[in-house]
Amino acid sequence: MDKEKSEKTPKKTMATGDRAILPEGAKTIPIYIMGKKYEVPETLTILKAMEYAGFKFIRGCGCRGGICGACGTVYRKPGDYKLQVGLACQTVVEPDMYLTQIPFFPANRAPYRLEELEGKPEEIFKLYPEVFRCVACNACTKACPMDVKVLDYVSAIKQGNIAKAAQLSFDCIQCGLCASRCMGELPQYHFAQLARRIYGKRIAPKSKHLEKRVEEIESGKYDEILKKLTQMDQKELEKLYMEREREPDTSVPGEWVPKETKYL
Amino acid sequence: MPYTPEMKELIKKVEATRPQRIEMARRNEHFPDLPLEEREEVLKKFHPDYLEEGRRAVRVGPNKGDVFPEEVLDFLESKSRINPKKVDLSKVDFETDVLVIGGGGAGTAAALMAQEQGVKVIISTKLRHGDANTMMAEGGIQGATQEGDSPFYHYLDTIGGGHFTNQPELVEALVHDAPLSIAWLESLGMMFDKDREGRLSVQHFGGSSRKRMHSAGDMTGAEIMRIIRDEARNRSDDITVLEFSPAVELLLDEERKCAGAILYGLDTEEYFLVKAKAVIMATGGFGRLHIQGFATTNHYGATMDGVVMAYRAGVKSAFMHSTQYHPTGAAYPEQNVGLLITEKTRGLGAHVLNKDGEQFCFPLEPRDVESALLIRECTERNRGVVTPTGRVGVWLDSPMIDILHGPGTVERELPAKFIQFRRYEIDISKEPLLVYPTLHYQNGGIYMNAQTETSLKGFYSAGEVSGGIHGDNRLMGNSLQDILTFGRRAGQAAAKYVKSGIKIRKLSLDHVVKFEEELKSAGIENPLIGPMILPDYTTEVVKGKQWTAHYEGTLR
Repeated sequence: MDKEKSEKTPKKTMATGDRAILPEGAKTIPIYIMGKKYEVPETLTILKAMEYAGFKFIRGCGCRGGICGACGTVYRKPGDYKLQVGLACQTVVEPDMYLTQIPFFPANRAPYRLEELEGKPEEIFKLYPEVFRCVACNACTKACPMDVKVLDYVSAIKQGNIAKAAQLSFDCIQCGLCASRCMGELPQYHFAQLARRIYGKRIAPKSKHLEKRVEEIESGKYDEILKKLTQMDQKELEKLYMEREREPDTSVPGEWVPKETKYL
Repeated sequence: MPYTPEMKELIKKVEATRPQRIEMARRNEHFPDLPLEEREEVLKKFHPDYLEEGRRAVRVGPNKGDVFPEEVLDFLESKSRINPKKVDLSKVDFETDVLVIGGGGAGTAAALMAQEQGVKVIISTKLRHGDANTMMAEGGIQGATQEGDSPFYHYLDTIGGGHFTNQPELVEALVHDAPLSIAWLESLGMMFDKDREGRLSVQHFGGSSRKRMHSAGDMTGAEIMRIIRDEARNRSDDITVLEFSPAVELLLDEERKCAGAILYGLDTEEYFLVKAKAVIMATGGFGRLHIQGFATTNHYGATMDGVVMAYRAGVKSAFMHSTQYHPTGAAYPEQNVGLLITEKTRGLGAHVLNKDGEQFCFPLEPRDVESALLIRECTERNRGVVTPTGRVGVWLDSPMIDILHGPGTVERELPAKFIQFRRYEIDISKEPLLVYPTLHYQNGGIYMNAQTETSLKGFYSAGEVSGGIHGDNRLMGNSLQDILTFGRRAGQAAAKYVKSGIKIRKLSLDHVVKFEEELKSAGIENPLIGPMILPDYTTEVVKGKQWTAHYEGTLR
């Protein structure tokens, strides 16, 4: 291959959008979408492979970047007893896989008023008494496409350790695959959400410097200087902009003080 | 797909220069940033916004004569999905005080604030509640919360980053409300990164003079979306969410006040009329239009619907010529192409390097400048790395982060990215990422004032669908702040307007009739059907075989 030439054609690489392509030299492989065989390029994700095959998504497709939880998918590979799960937008197709999407799985959510909760474990137990139906089978953890230790956070909640549950469940994208596999029929991700909000509101320390800044803003401390900035001409703004002092990368916030302090 | 042997060879060049670069970083030295004059030069030559190709003037509507990308124009000059003369406007399916169109961050924040004012809200959303670009925003949210910072510097950074084109009153609103929004999120139980004393952790970002970027891991947007959606669900007595029901047309009344919208049920293909005393547009951006063919970091539903609907109702747009290309979209492996690599990666110290493992730019320029510099390195200077599928990119030296901040930092600070690459056997704490600019954000949008009011009475705008806040270029962390500042303001403003005693008169679609007549007299014979609603990625081969399929625009 003419190396120089290929390096001089970035235009081509810019013009691809998101339509599935058959990369040069790539083979196609058979996959079974809901039992029916399709030939798709081997390097694609399940999501793009389904589009390549001719499916048009209304459900089961969201951010296409592995963070929204819309495209939960279950599949099996030939000769393997194991039921696999993954996100369609993140899982690469494999030959002869059988797959179907689970874009929605029913899971009951208990409404609550955050301001009325004090951060006691009993409050979670009251909203979700079924948490004790957990049989610790670990199917949830095995099902999680984000590698969240679901069973561990469920256990933390049972033990009343809200902070631990909040931290362990932080990467949860609420796709519901845990709930779809649960022996105890739990809506894990709903009570994980509750644990995280209780943690953020009641357990994590409140930010005092933020509270102070809010007071300053509400008292109108910056109103005048901001008004002045909105009326400034571009030359003046450019000058101020170029004169800004850059906080050092190594500074410790809260301790670092700039040379100019009259606009703080 | 792990890196190919050829790419692994090139990574050795990155490793060879790394020790020296680490020493440099430890001395707090960095590659010099560009002076203002040179910024302009490199933008003009390399930034896609400045290319003349692929642009033309709008022929109809309130922005007639303005020059925008063709992909935008095709939809501004599109016709309705429905025949406005055939709709029975007396059959209303839902009635409410405030209709919020869009269930992302801005829409949900607006709904919560409106509800707190005691009004009833309907959120209509194209996909699921929370399926939005907000969910995907990773790096963080700006707000001058630290003692060494203030709204004054936030203002300067923002307007300087936007090349002094931003609407001043919108920047004022943004920097004024920023700490308030962050405090609001904290009160809703958001898990911000903070220390044991409650000190919020903050980072630098492209174009910052102060460390002002607050985060929740590398899932800041997802965490915001999760908690405000959860809170909306707690208030379901007053906030009704209609999912899989994108709005396709605004409704006005005979006094030309905004009076609701027509929704399209994606599952059952029915249309529904919502009558509302006020409407908040919060449909997000246009990444899925793939401006100039770029890959995008955006959500599946980011198709500029709100701008299109508003345009037909005579509401002007601002800054639609301006698109943000995020400097660091993944260029490898193929499955991750276009995927956002958060600016936090550079904020934590990762250098940007060419195929020889050399630095060629300051890693934290404002985004448009950084993108232009990356494009220059790959095109004019021909120092990019070419992938097996013919894409090109430069290295982002993520392993530096663990060396600078201690082992485990990459996995802790960038957990989502770490997982997304580990799937393809790439450990980003040990191997660099390959990146190239990717279509990220709609800088322009509906023209509004600091109270989110538009030229149409009863019609408010919030979030990425609006223009002017960021001018020609948005800084990192100002989009999450934008959706909260203006989402919250829109909710309050709309509720206040409703409570002033608004009466909706007879509903009307005359604006659509009139707009389509205008299309005709401008000689636009076969306009597209808009809004797009969802992109279509069906291959031409499949389409050629769909003998009886009927497409309405891109929807089958």
